[in-house]
Amino acid sequence: MATITQVPTRTSGVATYYGLSGDAWKSIVIAAVIAAACVLPFLVSNYRTFQFTLVLVNAIALLSINILTGFNGQISLGHGAFYAIGAYTAAILIAQFGVPYWATLPVAGVLCLVAGFLFGLPALRLEGLYLALATFALGVAIPQILKYKGIEDWTGGVQGIVINKPTAPFGLKLNPDQWLYFVALFVTILAFIVGWNLLRGRVGRAIIAIRDQPIAAQAMGINTAFYKSLTFGVSAMFAGIAGALGGIAVQFVAPDSFAITLSLSFLFGSVIGGIFSLSGAIYGALFLQFIPHVSEGISKAAPGAVFGVFLIAFMFIMPVGVAGFLRLAWMLIRRRIATRMA
Amino acid sequence: MTAILEVKDLHAFYGPTHVLHGLNLAVEPGGITALLGANGAGKTTTLRALCGMCGTRGQIVFEGVSLAGKATEDIVRRGIAHVPEGRGTFTGLTVEENLRLGAYTRKDKNSVIADFDRAYRYFPKLKERSGQQAGTLSGGEQQMLAVARALMMRPRLLLLDEPSFGLAPMIVQDIFGILRTINREEKVSMLLVEQNASLALNIADHAYLLETGRVMISGTSDTIKNDDSVRRSYLGY
Amino acid sequence: MEALLYQILSGLATGGIYASLALALVMIYNATHLVNFAQGEMAMFSTYIAWTFIEAGMPYWAAFFLTVVISFAGGVLIERAVLRPFEQQPSVLAIVTVFIGLLLILNSVAGWIYEYTLKVFPSPFPERSYLDGMVNGHQLGLFGVTFVTLILVYLFFRFTPLGLAMRAAAQNPESSRLVGIRVGWMLALGWGLAGAIGAVAGMMIAPIVFLDPNMMAGVLNYGFAAALLGGISNPWGAVLGGFIVGVLENLVGDYVVGTELKLTVALVIIVGVLVLKPSGLFGKTLVTRV
Repeated sequence: MATITQVPTRTSGVATYYGLSGDAWKSIVIAAVIAAACVLPFLVSNYRTFQFTLVLVNAIALLSINILTGFNGQISLGHGAFYAIGAYTAAILIAQFGVPYWATLPVAGVLCLVAGFLFGLPALRLEGLYLALATFALGVAIPQILKYKGIEDWTGGVQGIVINKPTAPFGLKLNPDQWLYFVALFVTILAFIVGWNLLRGRVGRAIIAIRDQPIAAQAMGINTAFYKSLTFGVSAMFAGIAGALGGIAVQFVAPDSFAITLSLSFLFGSVIGGIFSLSGAIYGALFLQFIPHVSEGISKAAPGAVFGVFLIAFMFIMPVGVAGFLRLAWMLIRRRIATRMA
Repeated sequence: MTAILEVKDLHAFYGPTHVLHGLNLAVEPGGITALLGANGAGKTTTLRALCGMCGTRGQIVFEGVSLAGKATEDIVRRGIAHVPEGRGTFTGLTVEENLRLGAYTRKDKNSVIADFDRAYRYFPKLKERSGQQAGTLSGGEQQMLAVARALMMRPRLLLLDEPSFGLAPMIVQDIFGILRTINREEKVSMLLVEQNASLALNIADHAYLLETGRVMISGTSDTIKNDDSVRRSYLGY
Repeated sequence: MEALLYQILSGLATGGIYASLALALVMIYNATHLVNFAQGEMAMFSTYIAWTFIEAGMPYWAAFFLTVVISFAGGVLIERAVLRPFEQQPSVLAIVTVFIGLLLILNSVAGWIYEYTLKVFPSPFPERSYLDGMVNGHQLGLFGVTFVTLILVYLFFRFTPLGLAMRAAAQNPESSRLVGIRVGWMLALGWGLAGAIGAVAGMMIAPIVFLDPNMMAGVLNYGFAAALLGGISNPWGAVLGGFIVGVLENLVGDYVVGTELKLTVALVIIVGVLVLKPSGLFGKTLVTRV
């Protein structure tokens, strides 16, 4: 009589930590963060709420850089231009045409999507350093373009345009700062969902493949030209939406707010936050908003130097940024506390 | 006669990959030694290890001085010239500039001029093309240029990595004839890596046969040539 | 007609500025195959150093040469201390980030030490104007200095063993080591020379645009345009490119789009050259094997 040896069945191969899988923990953390973010405006002053609104705006802008540079390998030192276009679009629509503020966001987004896609086309022929160079030139030129007398009637020239802060609708008991914060929060969450969806699945893999091995990707049949332009467009779209939100938050757009330093701050916010991950955009945004205030205590001019030093140090020690560092730390911790289901 | 180059228990690494496992070899002064073996046996790696172009462990002694752990540019300044796989010519520079670079580390201006003449005497084709960009030369001409550049260094040991690769037989004969002349007249010792075993054995005094990073057989080239079993199993003819 | 001539001459004068900065860019490119984003800030910082010496009472030319020497050392230091760790991992993002970091540090430190008020920087050339008021002494002097620098750079690369070694090291570091070239020091030397040339450019530019920490940002754009237009590896091309960009900027600025959009001209040139003919008018096309 043959004996059949029972092979022990494994109900799942997933590692668990105190009873929950890694993915479950991730969802819990994200939900907790969102919950905390929703409660925040009621716990802090109006000014702080305003600052956090700007953090959200920055996060969207840095998300655009992470997608374009971190995941697709195209370096842009000129994204301040798209941010500016978004900001001005919102300002002009509100001030000249009385368009409601929330409608300006999609318009800014679409406009920048097209602009980005169009800029991405000649940029296809540029690699690495040369793309950086061309976008740098764009970033330097944009304030001048915005000051151009020919379009002054629309742009308000050097003085720029002033916008009124939107008030909460439906008689909600929120002051303008708080309302705007929630608008920004909503848009940010939406942006991250879109970004996350873009990057997983076939499209995401194509985008990343183009970053790592462009020639092999092309040889495999991936339409690199299309994906690169698409990524540029989507990235510009995010930057434009961020700009529109930012302009509304600050209530003011003027050419000199969009100098090359803005584009450069996007780059280093991304690098420090972690350019190869989505969450890096948030860490970077926090860094950009709060560190200058800290370093300004030392000297008016210090923020730039501090950023510069951080930038070089991070690139050398931790090119994956804060997000990458946290991920590494998590990986070390999980080894200790993982319990397997047999 | 003490060897001009003595290698004992040489291990080589590309990063974490262990490629050579305890090689022992020696090159006699004024002699030509061949390194034979199939693709991937570790012949090129041996030459690169000698020049400090990969991680090494073990003894490398040249003219009584240890080379282990030294930087490539310091090793070649001691009198070793390496004609690498793929020629290594400066394709963006002219033929003449390539030769001038060979003489970069030399202080004796007058003999450098004499050496230019000598190089052009050995390789008249190069003289014709001295102002041309090296990248536009044919394979054979680039090989000649690579050898000529190495000679401009007035080396006492010449390392050659597959000089016959991709070249027409007539050109190969030319080059090997010149190598033999140089060895005889200028007493330049040579370590020659070749896949073409019969070619190498005709010019060399000694030979080592490598397989997967180890020396399998060593001896005078006559012995190896005449050993039928070695010829058939390792050298394919 | 006279107005046109004036525009052209004035364009050539500013072109000289762009040409001298472009020369520094070409120098770094020839030594390292990289485009130095921080070149403008390096030049600006050097000029501040010179200003400090002059304010302290040093005669102009003494300050000039001392600054050039210090800038040379500074360039070498930057390469050895900041860039060397990144030589091994040539990721473009890392390199661009380091350049930007340098740019920010130099800009901020200059602002910190010297503040943002405009300062006057003297010109060593006579104040008089020549050619019926078409050009002034400083503009002529600028031409002269630019040409002398150009000739020195050209002679260096073409005829000296060191120049040859530098070009070789940038093209093929491995083969360069095999002929005994110390590649690391070649890179440092390239940066040192670029620092020195940048200092000269800055000291020539400052009398015109006044000295302040942000003086080089726009000029750098033109410098890039000039270097790219002429061929980033070719010093003659860089100078010619500089003059073309200068004249073009003036003519297009006056007759087509108005002076406010001049930076856009630089942008268009840069993008145009990179897309249509990346090796520029006189540069060599480099073929890379896949």
